[in-house]
Amino acid sequence: MKFNRYNKLAIAFISTIFLAACSPLEGEESITAVGSSALQPLVEAAGEQYGSENFGKFINVQGGGSGTGLGQIAADAVDIGNSDIFAEEKSGIDASKLVDHRVAVVGITPIVTPEVGVTDISLENLSKIFTGEITNWKELGGKNLPITVLNRSSGSGTRATFDRWVLTEGSKSIVTQEQESSGTVRQIVASTPGTISYVAFSYVDDTVKALSIDGVKPTDKNVKKNKWIIWSYEHMYTNGEPVGLTKDFLDYILSDEVQNTLIGALGYIPTNQMEFERDAKGMTTEVLKKTEQKSD
Amino acid sequence: MEDSQKKLAEHSGKSRLEKIGKTISFLCIAFIVFVVLSILYFVASKGIATFTKDGVSLIDFLTGKIWNPGSIGENGKPLTGALPMIAGSFIVTLLAAAVATPFAIGAAIFMTEISPTVGKKILQPVIELLVGIPSVVYGFIGLSVVVPFMRNTFGGSGFGIISAAIVLFVMILPTVTSMSVDTLKSVPRYYREASLALGATRWQTIYKVVLRSATPGLLTAVVFGMARAFGEALAVQMVIGNAALMPTNLITPASTLTSILTMNMGNTVMGTLENNVLWSLALILLVMALFFNILTRWIGKKGAMN
Repeated sequence: MKFNRYNKLAIAFISTIFLAACSPLEGEESITAVGSSALQPLVEAAGEQYGSENFGKFINVQGGGSGTGLGQIAADAVDIGNSDIFAEEKSGIDASKLVDHRVAVVGITPIVTPEVGVTDISLENLSKIFTGEITNWKELGGKNLPITVLNRSSGSGTRATFDRWVLTEGSKSIVTQEQESSGTVRQIVASTPGTISYVAFSYVDDTVKALSIDGVKPTDKNVKKNKWIIWSYEHMYTNGEPVGLTKDFLDYILSDEVQNTLIGALGYIPTNQMEFERDAKGMTTEVLKKTEQKSD
Repeated sequence: MEDSQKKLAEHSGKSRLEKIGKTISFLCIAFIVFVVLSILYFVASKGIATFTKDGVSLIDFLTGKIWNPGSIGENGKPLTGALPMIAGSFIVTLLAAAVATPFAIGAAIFMTEISPTVGKKILQPVIELLVGIPSVVYGFIGLSVVVPFMRNTFGGSGFGIISAAIVLFVMILPTVTSMSVDTLKSVPRYYREASLALGATRWQTIYKVVLRSATPGLLTAVVFGMARAFGEALAVQMVIGNAALMPTNLITPASTLTSILTMNMGNTVMGTLENNVLWSLALILLVMALFFNILTRWIGKKGAMN
């Protein structure tokens, strides 16, 4: 008898927890965004800001990688799927149902250890380094130091973007060291003499040297003008047109308020400041800004 | 009379309590078995899909040397050669165990036979502390101490099998040591007494009696250490360099099953070949874990017969 009482108590307790988890309090609403770890800080920051301005609305943000984000949104398991690459570029994803929301742009730059003695490189030579044709910095006018190539893991958005815009058509990167995160990449490049890799602009600091390509410096300004071609969108995909809280939150991220403050502060480039746009096939076209259209 | 008969016939409170206890413990064990079986089924079904659904041949998978599941090889099949990772995992594990074993057994002998007081007061807590350090800390120390050291000593980038083996050696040392200590402690005292009474020195007693009778236990300890080394992901991933190349020497970047798994899982889409083939790697890990488990049991049984 004693046990039964405890039993009932336990069942009541557990079911309370479950019920509490299943049915949120009235007026509360939440959505889940999953995917790209490069986009995660932005969505988290925006979600927090949104939550504090809209009482009772919660944005849950999880990492997991672009593949996870696209897979989950294609399966309609989450509300928003974050990705560094176009859904069309990922195999196994039916992109026809997905609606793309390009919330930001990131520029990616090659970085090297400061003492290699090279500050500028041609796109062709950069490709040759990653395909293993150039193996010593002295071939590029630098020190006599063997080149260590460090890649991001295959399938990462940064790697996909870099490979696409740097490697010459049809060639493949040599099999070499890979690392999972940009932070580790930066640390290894900083500490290992002769290493070259690539990270998003926001990861560049004093410990590593960002190379300019054909005289073009890796700056936000050059990305906006498409002079610096290694850039990609940060996508937030929805399955079908967004509705309700999802739509509200995406509108919020795309609003001038967030685009002009938060996005720049976190090291991304606002989409609305781009003077060029790209499609999934990599076709880049110039966009006429609204202000310019008025003056025309 | 009737009252006492009734009392005897019906279940007492104590016996009911026992039944309840039995039921609860059975439910717990059933739950654990269910979870284990579910994991086995899940990993196996996903891992086998590479071969059944995507048509990769098992031999290509186990003996192929080129790993690039996203692209197609010359024979029109995806490049899913897992041999570089399998070899990497085994070499790293065996090296780590080979280095750790003498240290661990030496430490265990010191702690049980030579100086039990120091062992108990100083070494035991130190070893317990080592067990508790999270693997990311080991990895980070490896990245900032071992890798630069290897780079300065042998040249190259410093990332490679040797760095991974050193980090793993430190990681499995406490496990193997504490298990060896338990084994040596369980050697009956009268073995030692008899040996000493026959005129054997302390060294002879340790070498010919204590270690001999503890051999199965010591082997179990080493196998446990190997199992841990084989399954370690994070620390290894940070220092091995993660290049899916056949290891040709110990100081160039290589990869293990775990490092490739953790690096790529988030970048693939469920149900695609790229994802399934990672599950196949996980299946190898699972099979190896089972193998290590069976090995320790087998050693235990063999030892018991002597």
